[in-house]
Amino acid sequence: MSEIAIRVEHLGKQYRLGAQQAGYKTFRESLVNTANAPLRWLKGERKAEKNTFWALDDVSFEVKHGEAIGIIGRNGAGKSTLLKILSRITSPTRGRVDIYGRVGSLLEVGTGFHPELSGRENIYLNGAILGMSRVEIMRKFDEIVDFSGIEKFLDTPVKHYSSGMYVRLAFAVAAHLEPEILVVDEVLAVGDAAFQKRCLGKMGDVAKQGRTVLFVSHNMGAVKKLCSRGILLENGFISSQGIIEDVINKYLESTYQSNNFRKSEICFPENPELNIQILRIALMDNNGNLSNVYGIWDSILLELYVVVRKKLHGSNLAIQVSRDGDILFNSFDIDESPEYFEARDQGYYHYCIPFPKNIFPKGTYSIDVSSGISGIGQIEIHTDVLLFEIEVNQEDFNHKSYSRTSRIIVPMVWDIRKVSSYIFDKR
Amino acid sequence: MVIPKPSMDNTEATLPANYIHTVIEPPKGWAALELGELWKFRELLFFLTWRDIKVRYKQTALGAAWAILQPVLTMVVFSIIFGGLARLPSEGIPYPIFTFTALLPWQLFAFALTQSSNSLVGSQNLISKVYFPRLVVPFSSVLAGVVDFGIAFLVLVGLMAYYGIGLTPAALLLPVFLLLALTSALAIGLWLSALNVKYRDIRYVVPFLTQFWMYATPIAYSSSLIPEKWRWLYSLNPMTGVVEGFRWAILGKSSLDVLSMSISAGMVVTLLIGGLYYFKRMESSFADIL
Repeated sequence: MSEIAIRVEHLGKQYRLGAQQAGYKTFRESLVNTANAPLRWLKGERKAEKNTFWALDDVSFEVKHGEAIGIIGRNGAGKSTLLKILSRITSPTRGRVDIYGRVGSLLEVGTGFHPELSGRENIYLNGAILGMSRVEIMRKFDEIVDFSGIEKFLDTPVKHYSSGMYVRLAFAVAAHLEPEILVVDEVLAVGDAAFQKRCLGKMGDVAKQGRTVLFVSHNMGAVKKLCSRGILLENGFISSQGIIEDVINKYLESTYQSNNFRKSEICFPENPELNIQILRIALMDNNGNLSNVYGIWDSILLELYVVVRKKLHGSNLAIQVSRDGDILFNSFDIDESPEYFEARDQGYYHYCIPFPKNIFPKGTYSIDVSSGISGIGQIEIHTDVLLFEIEVNQEDFNHKSYSRTSRIIVPMVWDIRKVSSYIFDKR
Repeated sequence: MVIPKPSMDNTEATLPANYIHTVIEPPKGWAALELGELWKFRELLFFLTWRDIKVRYKQTALGAAWAILQPVLTMVVFSIIFGGLARLPSEGIPYPIFTFTALLPWQLFAFALTQSSNSLVGSQNLISKVYFPRLVVPFSSVLAGVVDFGIAFLVLVGLMAYYGIGLTPAALLLPVFLLLALTSALAIGLWLSALNVKYRDIRYVVPFLTQFWMYATPIAYSSSLIPEKWRWLYSLNPMTGVVEGFRWAILGKSSLDVLSMSISAGMVVTLLIGGLYYFKRMESSFADIL
């Protein structure tokens, strides 16, 4: 089977700058604009090209039926725009796409969920919105309920659901969509780890059944697991495509080469619109010297300055450390200090986060820092904001496991004694 | 559809023959209406309509009672002011029932118009995340008004029994006038909902519009008050035809003014076709502007 599922040719999408803030106009502005148009024309300002940018520019690729393709790239590289065009939500400015097969797209889980309706009603509504027929939903209804694990609350309005239940139900519906081509945006960025794993499993099944999958994610581990081929987008261009491992390596390389590498501190300009904002992120050793190269035995401190502009409930800060695209761990400030979850007063905060010593084997690590409000969503996310490297000294090496390829080092003290005899044989 | 040639190389991609083929291209000016696409999404239309109805009754304390209270209270006020104080002629029919037969289609129209004008802006999250023909959105909000109409119609039946007015065979044509009312609301709703995406002024325009429009429609008064030579102009208001039609079908008023009916109907069709094309033209930019 090597038939074409998607063919994209010279695709381009132009946006007007600032279109997000000034999305809609008022009649008055429009009238003023129209009135001024001849004047501008006289001045020789035809169509203002300067206020536009190309979110996608001359993108061409092909996907065959049964292939799972990962689309990766930094924020603003054009991944979401590409998915929106492929899902026919927005139309391209240039180029052409040919799609052979029924497309199901999941740019979000729970699109169209209505808080006043019960779980049962929302399954039908959401299913229809995602493009399932009524008969199809009825046939899969029990399976969906089973997968979500919310049988007991099926007739409760979803506004009374916990955010976890809500996401589980929403994903359950989405997971039972059976299109020939599945287009998925980072919907897995939600839910608890166990559920994420189940979703990944379910998506893996989809890919194995020979259906075509287009998957966009920041989670390199998930992309690696699911996809065989990859496309790397950079500033609207395809900068690399091919076998997924190679593309991920290119992505990581370009990340490491970017400005943040070799930087061990980064400051952000104050933005009064954010209720909570991360102002400074720095990596330092025990003595307060900024650095991003450490030995296995060194203490590493992550320092954050955060401003809270409005008294908040349910807010949290989180860090995540990953290597080669695989998440090693994450940690929330409210894990050990739940009082900050209840309420966080206005003001500036200083965080000092000591990383556990002697757990990182040789390699390059990247740190994400984010802030959010529980149950509402993220406020800020800085992905791969700082990187640090662990070097292995010669003396660390001596027959020890530290440089081996395990994900983390766990120093374990083995109790070893020489004994006089082996007794278990005599029983 | 091109039949793929057999290929020696296994990895060489071939054109598939038995899949639905979709082409995505930049919008080209005035696009085709693609009403077939709307038919394909009829189940979504059904579910969105069903959601609108369900949610409305769930969120209000009085629920379905509003469907009765609104026209009944308006009827009482009109009967006191226009029927009682101003003594407007009502073609020999008891004033309350005279105005109520007009209020029924009017409230359906006004409600459907208001809902559909705001429908696209209100469905922002759907439009920016899922593909479906956007026509489904204003369409479903117009349809959702029919339930209220049905409930209020029961009140009319009660009123007719009270005043001892029987139905005539003309009542069989009621669905036609009902359809005309819905189509009018949809036609205007298409224009306003698409404009509303770009110009949020529409949100403030709609309440005024419906208020003025009500006085331009023979609801509180009889169209016989309009001088003969201005009738044609008056009939350009599609709701004139609808209200006249309702009165004729339910109360068996002497005869139906065929000319003014035709003008109203023609107006509706013109507005609808224009609205459909305008909506379709704007459709591709909705997700970017919203």
